Amino acid sequence: MRGLGKLVLMQIKLYLREPAAIFFTVIFAPMLLVLFGAIYGNKPSPFFGGRGTIDISVPSYIALIIISVGFMGIPIATAANREAGVLRRFRTTPLRPAAYILANIAAYYLMTLAGVIVLVIVGKAGYGMRFSGNVLSCWLGFTLSALAFFALGYLVAGLAPTARIAQAVGMILAFPMMFLGGATIPMEVLPQSVRNFGRFIPSTYVVTLMRGLWSGESWAKHLTEAAILGGVLAVGMLLAARTFRWE
Amino acid sequence: MQVITVDNLRKAYGDVRAVDGVSFEIRPTEIFGMVGPNGAGKTTTIECLEGLRRPDSGKVHVLGLDPQRQGYELRQRIGVQLQEGSLPDRLRVGEAMEIFASFYQKPVQWRPLVELLGLADKFKAPFGKLSGGQKQRLLIGLALVNDPELVFLDELTTGLDPQARRAMWDMVKGIRDRGKTVFLTTHYMEEAEHLCDRLAIIDHGKIVALDSPQNLIAGLDAENRVVFSVKEKIDDAFFRKIPGVTRVGQSQDRVIIYGKGDGLLVRIVMALESGRIHFRDLRTEQPNLDDVFIALTGKEMRD
Ligand SMILES: Nc1ncnc2c1ncn2[C@@H]1O[C@H](COP(=O)(O)OP(=O)(O)OP(=O)(O)O)[C@@H](O)[C@H]1O
Ligand SMILES: [Mg+2]
Repeated sequence: MRGLGKLVLMQIKLYLREPAAIFFTVIFAPMLLVLFGAIYGNKPSPFFGGRGTIDISVPSYIALIIISVGFMGIPIATAANREAGVLRRFRTTPLRPAAYILANIAAYYLMTLAGVIVLVIVGKAGYGMRFSGNVLSCWLGFTLSALAFFALGYLVAGLAPTARIAQAVGMILAFPMMFLGGATIPMEVLPQSVRNFGRFIPSTYVVTLMRGLWSGESWAKHLTEAAILGGVLAVGMLLAARTFRWE
Repeated sequence: MQVITVDNLRKAYGDVRAVDGVSFEIRPTEIFGMVGPNGAGKTTTIECLEGLRRPDSGKVHVLGLDPQRQGYELRQRIGVQLQEGSLPDRLRVGEAMEIFASFYQKPVQWRPLVELLGLADKFKAPFGKLSGGQKQRLLIGLALVNDPELVFLDELTTGLDPQARRAMWDMVKGIRDRGKTVFLTTHYMEEAEHLCDRLAIIDHGKIVALDSPQNLIAGLDAENRVVFSVKEKIDDAFFRKIPGVTRVGQSQDRVIIYGKGDGLLVRIVMALESGRIHFRDLRTEQPNLDDVFIALTGKEMRD
């Protein structure tokens, strides 16, 4: 167990030394928040059901952070480490393979959580973000969403023959998720056709779930989202485990 | 009890029979080498022993363990330097040693090891910024961090300059002298000759010879060569009369005499003296492992 803690710490340190990863995890979303906050402020608007731009952006941007870690961070790093022979090097030690992967997931999870915390602090301190949900409930929603997307990220890495392809596929999947599911641009603003399309991408369900929980709605109202994300997590994990390669 | 026993090991990738019925044993505290050209099957063999690849057939025992079924126990006791292994570019030297040490039940003090490897001043350097030789040394350090009984080194000196290579040789001998067993692979005959107590020559997945480097060379029963320069051309017959001489070759002022037997050089020099022939730049050339390789496989080692 002590070894596992050390490994998580190592992964976090490596993550913190990767400028692109840091940017997309802890800087990009708060930056957007500051940008749109400067333009629209956070005045309650009937358009958003009596909430302000910031109030709905913070839970939406949580999806944004999860997408960038799941579809860019994880596939690229996993495939690159595989290609360079880093994974093989770890395989020659008594470290259990599952422990290595667990430590990796834990590090990504903690970094994603850190990004969310920075986002919330910026929203609260900068724009008086309103929060009427339950913290535990939101944390659960976040955790379910993050793990589901991480599973997809490992699946992309497993299916891609090379690191370059993993990167390209990750990007191709990440952009529609970011822009068509309400994660960046609120769903209320998107045309109906895009919203219809949004039903086919999992990030839409993350946004709906997080916005709902954020405003104090119960899980009972979001059983569809919970079921879909739970399904993505289960199937994603199964397929990711099957396609994972050490070399 | 042998450290490694391999009996009729086979491993194919599709049509390619990478290892095609290999058997050998490795004894305690020896440096055992496997040498052969690109694609001969060295890495496949060594990685079957490490438990990284699954043999198609054959028996493999390493430290009395089955690498496939008892991989965890085995990995506690061996050290591995992969031909294609690496670390995250941003991981620092000290961090790498620390994290790898944490994987083992009985790690060594790794700080002295870093000094022994000459990496003390690179302690905080990230892996990606190290030179090729420094990377190699760190990877060897990681292979020694659990004080292993048996160390696998797959092409440890490929890409190193001659000086770094010699330093590496001293390190490997140091490992053996501390009572460990070493299994290494190399492309370099010179390295094999210098380092290995016993040596297997492998080609197309088969061992074509296995013995100490001295015995391999002696077994070749090859000719020695005596080479020197003379002022004017001398009749070949003059040299052919000398006992032990088998062939003579002359080109311009260079004379090459092929022959066998211990006293060959003395007899040639005496003949030159008694014939009052002036000679310069005399040297002898012994057959080496390259000659052994050519004799066994009919081709040059490096093509
Ligand atoms: N993972 C693999 N998939 C398919 N073929 C492989 C694989 N690994 C090795 N081979 C093939 O098996 C043969 C033996 O390869 P191996 O790596 O064992 O040789 P080697 O002696 O280590 O060569 P080198 O000196 O170049 O390292 C080669 O023909 C190689 O192309
Ligand atoms: Mg090899």
